[in-house]
Amino acid sequence: MSTPLSGPGSATQTPGREPDGSPPSRSRLPRPRFRATRDDAPITVTGLAGKVLLLGLTAGVAVWAAFPLIAAEMWAGLALLAASTAGLFYLYLTRRHIPAKYLVPGTLFLIAFQVFPVLYTASTAFTNFGDGHRGGKDDAIVAIQSSSVTQVPGSAEYALSIATKGDPATGSLVFLVSDPGTGAVSVGDPGGLRKLDAADVTVATGGKVTAADGYTVLNFGQASARSKEITDLVVPTAGGALRSSGLSRAYEGKAVRVYEAGCDCVRDTETGRTWTADEEAGAFVAADGERLAQGWKVNVGLRNFTRVLTDESVSGPFLSTLIWNFAFAIGSTGGTFLLGMLIALVLHSPRMRGTNFYRVLLVLPYAMPSFAMLLAWRDMFNADFGLINNLFGLDVDWFGQAWTARLAVILVQLWLGYPYMFLVATGALQAIPRELTEATSVDGASPWQSFRAVTLPLLLVALSPLLISSFAFNFNNFNAIYLTTDGAPFPADNPTNGATDLLITYTYRLAFGGQGAQLGFAAAISLFIFAIVAVVSAVSFRRTRKQEEVYA
Amino acid sequence: MTTVKLNPTVRRRNRWFAQVGWRHLVAVLGVLFSLFPIVFVLSAALNPLGTLSTTELVPTDGVSLGNFGGLFERTAFGRWFLNSLLIAGVASFASVFLSALAAYAFSRMRFRGRRVGLLSLLLIQMFPQFLAIVAIYLIFGTITDLWPSIGFNTPWGLLLLYLGGALGVNTWLMKGFFDTLPRELDESATMDGASHAQVFFRIMLPLVAPILAVAGLLAFIGTINEFLMANVFLTSTDSKTLAVGMYGLLEGNERNNNFGIFAAGTLLTAIPTVLVFQFLQRYIVSGLTSGAVKG
Repeated sequence: MSTPLSGPGSATQTPGREPDGSPPSRSRLPRPRFRATRDDAPITVTGLAGKVLLLGLTAGVAVWAAFPLIAAEMWAGLALLAASTAGLFYLYLTRRHIPAKYLVPGTLFLIAFQVFPVLYTASTAFTNFGDGHRGGKDDAIVAIQSSSVTQVPGSAEYALSIATKGDPATGSLVFLVSDPGTGAVSVGDPGGLRKLDAADVTVATGGKVTAADGYTVLNFGQASARSKEITDLVVPTAGGALRSSGLSRAYEGKAVRVYEAGCDCVRDTETGRTWTADEEAGAFVAADGERLAQGWKVNVGLRNFTRVLTDESVSGPFLSTLIWNFAFAIGSTGGTFLLGMLIALVLHSPRMRGTNFYRVLLVLPYAMPSFAMLLAWRDMFNADFGLINNLFGLDVDWFGQAWTARLAVILVQLWLGYPYMFLVATGALQAIPRELTEATSVDGASPWQSFRAVTLPLLLVALSPLLISSFAFNFNNFNAIYLTTDGAPFPADNPTNGATDLLITYTYRLAFGGQGAQLGFAAAISLFIFAIVAVVSAVSFRRTRKQEEVYA
Repeated sequence: MTTVKLNPTVRRRNRWFAQVGWRHLVAVLGVLFSLFPIVFVLSAALNPLGTLSTTELVPTDGVSLGNFGGLFERTAFGRWFLNSLLIAGVASFASVFLSALAAYAFSRMRFRGRRVGLLSLLLIQMFPQFLAIVAIYLIFGTITDLWPSIGFNTPWGLLLLYLGGALGVNTWLMKGFFDTLPRELDESATMDGASHAQVFFRIMLPLVAPILAVAGLLAFIGTINEFLMANVFLTSTDSKTLAVGMYGLLEGNERNNNFGIFAAGTLLTAIPTVLVFQFLQRYIVSGLTSGAVKG
């Protein structure tokens, strides 16, 4: 890797003549011979060993990945895996397709974890996917029936133990129950009830399971910490479903709400009320419009998009969020650029001593872990005992009012971002030949005039691509908001869309927030953000190019 | 300007201030702005009481290292630190390598689809990966079912995810640098019988080593600070990265009480980056700007 340029032939070269491989210099070489030499390059031992090792690794990974696919009977996935492995083997064993050998490794990751998720996002945006609309219709029916299970007087009671296969605090829960009549032990999860081998379990007197192979039985403390989940866990059985009553008893009850295929509806056997399946909404709807919480995933067309634009409870906040989003991105990019450039200009003087010393200290914010400093800033703005209020003798509830909160997050961005702009501007200033500014001062221009006419345009040409990418970055600067204000302050009537929320934090709250995930809607907003960022970037790249033609 | 006669020393001092002195003043103000939050964190880390409400800019209650001890005793900080170093280290190394491979192909080879490839990289880059977080969450739900060892709560799954963005970030930057290297170098090596792989590993990579270092460092900083995807991905205590774990330290009611150990953790997190950063600073200045012009 680190072998210097000692290869035969390189000594006779005159490097640095043509910066960019311009066609004329290339065409001087006799092309066909050049090709032939390349293809006849000898096979070296290291090259061969590397190839064998990497292809062996690929084969190993492919085999490892194949087993679960076979077990889950996902034949399409298996075919895809086989095809891509075969493709990789072909590519690296043949001597053709040289560019592809270099492009494929990165492209594979790009397709799997960027392009495919983007396409998936696009398709999710047209569905009602989210809490209550996750699976198919059959899943919804099972969930509705089993969640309506109530205890029938005189039904069987079981001794119950709560267990999990994973971590006691987070692993998914199962019920371990022993039949009071036969003593047979079964394990139950939302998929149903399965018998366990008597040899694998230890049952205490009274029927409570104390240990089971492959499961961790939760102790009382661990179980009571998750009592909400335990209450919600329903195990479907042949006659109804099994639910917990407390932490150590379970009962089998009957479903009150039953699906009837004839009318494609759910009927409540106690009240007689019916909810008919609405294929468009993906839910069971009663005559008066009441919906059951459990629905299924259906295609809703453009409804998520039109909801952003027309639903007033969404479009109003969305518009103000969008405006603030632009203000935030422009404010933090522009502010950091101005401050960074100012300090770079100040230090850029031949008579200035100690610039290295200043530089080391100035860029420290850039080298600090930004996520942690954002959290530290959040507490510096604390209204009761924050540093800012203490230091300046203020009594401001920074994150309690919209405008102070906005000011605060921009100030934090300024602190985090200006060292970067300072570094970049310093580099760009050093690249501007001193003769240019000297010439203007000979011509009698004031420092300000020469800055306006020479330095600034040249700086902007060099830095505008960076400014654009900085804008794009800040437009979606999730950390900046989530780790400081988390969108606060929120208006009293709308707890999902705060004054400092960016579109990306708003989307995140829709998708993963406490009030029930709306994944389809969140995906639609993601596409909106993408469109906005793409348009802004495209327009500004175009303007930059024009600018470069003027000044370069 | 003024008719008042000043003695030469005063006049020289005034001229010095007009030309140089005010620059020092602005620089010192800038340094103060840069430093005061860091000093605040330092003081919180050394504060023996270790709460936010008792922390001042200058520690007045004495100094103790108790918060550093508490950090390792009360939290899984060591584990988080290793996770972060592992994920950020491997991810930045691999992503720089992948984009160097692609940049070599784009810079030195002419093939069908080259322009289209370069343009689509630019386009895909505009869709930040985390905008697809919903889809990624769903995809990895399936992956966790099939292959738990690269699913949720594993460093390897998160690593793979970060590599999905590897090509977009650095390929254009690096292609710019590869373009500046004279073609004669690799062409003569090819004439002498070097294969394309030898040209890449033995000639190109050593020559672009500085930009590899810079790109690697930037990727490293970026990955250490990545919060959104890691937060969705890593929920069990032992699998967390520094960003996710330390965010949890300040959650809820513990916010005030944990501030001291949080500050101690911040300082420890900064150490590797600050060291490497100061070491590479001159590369960064030139690297960022030439990348900017080329990119």
